[in-house]
Amino acid sequence: MTIETQDLAIGYPGHEVGSGITLAAGPGAVLCLLGPNGSGKTTLFKTQLGLIPARGGRVLLEGQPLDHLSRAEIARRVAYVPQAHAPPFAWSAFEVVLMGRTARLGLFSQPGEADREAARRALARLRIDELADADYTRLSGGQRQLVLVARALAQETPVLIMDEPTASLDFGNQALVLREIAGLAADGLTVILSTHDPDHAFAVGTDVALLHDGRVRATGTPDAALTGDTLSAAYQIDVRVERLADGRTVCLPSLARHGESHRT
Amino acid sequence: MKSARYRAGAGTGTALWLTGALVLCSLAALLIGPYPLGFVEAISVLTGRESTDQAETVLLAIRLPRVAASLLVGAALAAAGACYQTLFRNPLVSPDILGVSAGAGLGAVLGIFLSLPVVAVQLLGFAGGLGAVLLVGFVAAAVQTGDRTLILVLAGVVVGALAGAATSLLKVLADPYDQLPAITFWLLGSLAGVKTADLFPAAPVVAAGLVPLALLRWRINVLALGDEEARALGVEAARLRLIVIVCATLITASVVAVAGVVGWVGLVIPHIARMIVGPGFGRLLPAAALLGAGYMLAVDTLARTISGAEVPLGILTAVVGAPFFLWLLARGRRAWA
Repeated sequence: MTIETQDLAIGYPGHEVGSGITLAAGPGAVLCLLGPNGSGKTTLFKTQLGLIPARGGRVLLEGQPLDHLSRAEIARRVAYVPQAHAPPFAWSAFEVVLMGRTARLGLFSQPGEADREAARRALARLRIDELADADYTRLSGGQRQLVLVARALAQETPVLIMDEPTASLDFGNQALVLREIAGLAADGLTVILSTHDPDHAFAVGTDVALLHDGRVRATGTPDAALTGDTLSAAYQIDVRVERLADGRTVCLPSLARHGESHRT
Repeated sequence: MKSARYRAGAGTGTALWLTGALVLCSLAALLIGPYPLGFVEAISVLTGRESTDQAETVLLAIRLPRVAASLLVGAALAAAGACYQTLFRNPLVSPDILGVSAGAGLGAVLGIFLSLPVVAVQLLGFAGGLGAVLLVGFVAAAVQTGDRTLILVLAGVVVGALAGAATSLLKVLADPYDQLPAITFWLLGSLAGVKTADLFPAAPVVAAGLVPLALLRWRINVLALGDEEARALGVEAARLRLIVIVCATLITASVVAVAGVVGWVGLVIPHIARMIVGPGFGRLLPAAALLGAGYMLAVDTLARTISGAEVPLGILTAVVGAPFFLWLLARGRRAWA
């Protein structure tokens, strides 16, 4: 399923966060959204999910305007992985994952065996079956993040939107989640994610959008969009982009202030 | 799989033993009181076999309505408390968060002040409770900006304070020998003198409020993740919240109209229920209702037996509930999460 934004303006009443955002991602794509803190990535996601109204332009799901769809219809098409949080009540991780099935249940229905099976599959895919009975509020930030990814998988949607899915994960789990993301895209899903690490975009991204001051400053393949110049401009530090012998690309930020390294 | 405790029907066992215990306690409560009644005698009255007129009057006209009323009031307040706590994502919320008790109090006190008959006092109490929450809803809807939940709660505090002030004014103006004791007693809650006829308007309203809550239990559970996440998962959060508030308010207002303002039950019982069956609303709602019914039954039985005079329910629920709540807090977060 293709998700598009056309000349989208995003923000809250009396406070525009960004505008002129035109992006598209289709089956098999991993669109990585990069940008400094406060550049509007989360606001863009919320607008793409219809959680906050667009301030201009529109969001299309397979050509259908988002505002023509009900919440359940959207939730059967697009799953959202928010940044990890602490809920007020101590559900088990399994119960949290099971909530991903809500949009597939009738108004008065309870999850059935098929839903439980989908939740178990999602946990198994991320290798966190052993967390099923654990108290969600007592999990580490990284474990909660994995549970939220599992919940999105249990939702079984063609589009996945992930807000910094690797943010609180350890080194190993970052790789695990990135590999799962690549696998999901290979299965034909459309994935949009935000990340603070350009290396992740190089590792799994098929497309990149660099957001800065509410505008898309660069788009295209990671190699085309993420250059030393575009990254340096967005993050206000000097960035070197290096290609490794095995063909992978990494970014190396300079620890000196922006512009200083040129003078010395 | 290890997730056995979350299979369908995991809560059924708990619900069954709670129901069984409740039935036994209700039978016991029917036998307790100043007029001694034996088990065999009580059974023969209840099953319509031969008995003395006096036993029949005590059991059917006095104790049975009272036991039924305590079950109804406890179940309703605890269920409403479970709803509001889930809805507001806060385990410290009680059913009067949106001003329903304060509004009902004002309505009923006005009725007593005007020397209206009991039925009219109850009706005014019910109307006052609904009116207060309606006012809170209007205020919250009029304020366009900010966190919806926070504005609802703040509006509830404001409306509750206004209703409380008006109630105090009526207390000052009321006849200190005749009306004031009745007002004070009502504001502390009591089931003394409750008749079968009082239960007929309240019970169907409570049932009508509970049915949608029970049917929507899975979605209400998801709503506790917060509006935004619930919506991302496919729940029409604003509409569902409205339904929950309307139902929980109906439930609370109808029992407050019968029993007066009984505090603590709606706050403490959902916690205990959560400790037994977990936070999943589908199991929490029946468990809270059953436990609330049992708690109220015990408290009301105490209220009518520990001394010659009736002890107001609000005093007993606080005396029992407050230390218990402190103990819960001392046990740490796990206990009330």
